[in-house]
Amino acid sequence: MEKFTTLTAKMVSIPTGNIDTDQIIPARFLKVTDKKGLGDNLFYDWRYEADGSPKEEFILNTDQGKQAKILVAGDNFGCGSSREHAPWAIMGFGFRAVISTSFADIFRNNSLKLGLLPVAVDKETHFQLLSLIEEEPATQVTIDLENQILQLPDGRRVNFPIDNFSKTCILNGVDQLGYLQSHAAAVAAYEETNPDRVNTLAG
Amino acid sequence: MANNGQATNDQAQTLFEKIWDRHVVVAEPDNPSVLYIDLHLVHEVTSPQAFTGLREKGLPVRRPDKTVATMDHGIPTTPPHIPISDELVIRQIGQLEKNCEEFGIPLHGLTSPNRGIVHVIGPELGLTQPGMTIVCGDSHTSTHGAFGALAFGIGTSEIEHVLATQCLLQVKPRTYAVRVEGTLPRGVSAKDIILNLISRIGVGGGTGHVFEYMGSTIRGLSMEERMTICNMSIEGGARAGMVAPDDTTIEYVAGRPFAPQGQAWEEAVAGWRQLPSGEKAVFDKEITIDAAKLEPMITYGTNPGMGMYISERIPDPDQVKDVSERQTLAKALQYMGLRPGQSLIGQKVDVVFLGSCTNSRLTDLRLAAALMKGHQVAEGLRMMVVPGSQQVKQQAETEGLDKIFKEAGADWRESGCSMCIAMNGDQLEPGQYAISTSNRNFEGRQGKGGRTFLASPLTAVATAIKGQITDVRTMLG
Repeated sequence: MEKFTTLTAKMVSIPTGNIDTDQIIPARFLKVTDKKGLGDNLFYDWRYEADGSPKEEFILNTDQGKQAKILVAGDNFGCGSSREHAPWAIMGFGFRAVISTSFADIFRNNSLKLGLLPVAVDKETHFQLLSLIEEEPATQVTIDLENQILQLPDGRRVNFPIDNFSKTCILNGVDQLGYLQSHAAAVAAYEETNPDRVNTLAG
Repeated sequence: MANNGQATNDQAQTLFEKIWDRHVVVAEPDNPSVLYIDLHLVHEVTSPQAFTGLREKGLPVRRPDKTVATMDHGIPTTPPHIPISDELVIRQIGQLEKNCEEFGIPLHGLTSPNRGIVHVIGPELGLTQPGMTIVCGDSHTSTHGAFGALAFGIGTSEIEHVLATQCLLQVKPRTYAVRVEGTLPRGVSAKDIILNLISRIGVGGGTGHVFEYMGSTIRGLSMEERMTICNMSIEGGARAGMVAPDDTTIEYVAGRPFAPQGQAWEEAVAGWRQLPSGEKAVFDKEITIDAAKLEPMITYGTNPGMGMYISERIPDPDQVKDVSERQTLAKALQYMGLRPGQSLIGQKVDVVFLGSCTNSRLTDLRLAAALMKGHQVAEGLRMMVVPGSQQVKQQAETEGLDKIFKEAGADWRESGCSMCIAMNGDQLEPGQYAISTSNRNFEGRQGKGGRTFLASPLTAVATAIKGQITDVRTMLG
């Protein structure tokens, strides 16, 4: 889990709606047994030519893309496959937050476990961000997790939702597993009163 | 045991709420609930980093007896005597074998007669049962909801959580009733129901919700058809989809290797009978589908929500009001090489893929073979038939279904995820068109540059015979 408190950074936009995790990282890059190097394959099929050379015009291959720490993407970002390789790749590239109008459930869950912040904003704010990036690519915004505020260059402060538990974990850089482990006694008690439904070792 | 209070409560609860409540171990205000997991399915692609996490922390697997592994995503579907050539796949399956050995987890490995797509073998072996919580590092875990289980896909961090604690931290989702009423017309199947639902609500329509499929049409479906529907819940944005257990469910589970036996079976069934949503249960959202009005569905775009009746024409981006939706549709049509206003009937395809955790079970193969019998796969077209598990393959061969496909000129394969995920050697060439019974038509999903039309097994076979997208109803006499 990577700690996140406040971030002031440049943005980059990929405004397409319903970007699925197969686009974020194609399945052929899932044949790995660790998390290293996935950032190089982020948006691979949108980012590289057939011969493997970078598509110059694709935003992540530009200087703006390389400097950005915030990705602004279209609606329902991260739909499809549950692969955690998607947020691993996004963080591996250097992003610390994704702003969209909405996120797919599994992607959102995975991101919150890693400290990649999914920031959901209303359509109007989203549109404003996209326009800002187009007009002034060097624009920076500030994300303040403690106060759940996205601050725009015009001073406007936009609230974004996050559950208190995930927020506390991310602010402190604490893995969620510890909380589960702290309830070991309750889990054992549950197991005593609830008979096992299946024994996979019995077959 | 139920007193009046409980009975009343039971009447007001949905199937989902009953299962949820029975699995909450800890619920603290402000924190997500600690939810107990009854069955954890593991495969080779999303699990290695979770086991590494356990090793780094010096943790054992808490309940290997509630965990089971198989290999499906990366395994080639070529004959077993041909060795795997992909070094990365060899390493990944070697890692799974090592992890299962070290942590004491049962594995249905490469040579096991029980190997297959994880969402096919769970039900097949009787591991999947009503009332359970089931998770797997795979979004199509929603399949198991067909049994009246709460089943959903998780990421690798969560896999580690379940391995270590047999629990997950979850925020309670909302409920979404999907009522399907009436008699399905000929040539229209479970696949068409779910593609229709997703085309209506969109790929994000179910986000934050759990679907419960209900109504006379659903009650009349077989378990395998219900699995097809629940499988694609995630394509409508819902992590889970469920069908209340009934006689059909209980009949299917009875006698399977891991199903309860004797007295335990009687007790289990009595419990399962209590699971269906009560008459006074309220859902957060509802939608009704009139089954009698459905036609075979086909997708035209690059997500499963971009679907239409086969008789319809591709929508025009210029008619779409929302700017973002307009751009997304235009981009999809450009990728697909299709025009607004075009009909897909008559569209040439290069490949027909019959398989995947959506449509690779015995009844799918029987239905497909019945239509295929006496016909040939059209010239210049490649058809792959990939059974969902080695058991399905075996049974299909016993029934002679493989002969029908082979005589028609189709390729009869070993089981696996195959061309649904294109990380195992089975894939489209850039620019090729495929009609697939799988669940995702995302850009490049079936191979870089490949273009996918999602449809039912019947529509896929009709297309294979004619060499172009065909309305199967014209072939049913």
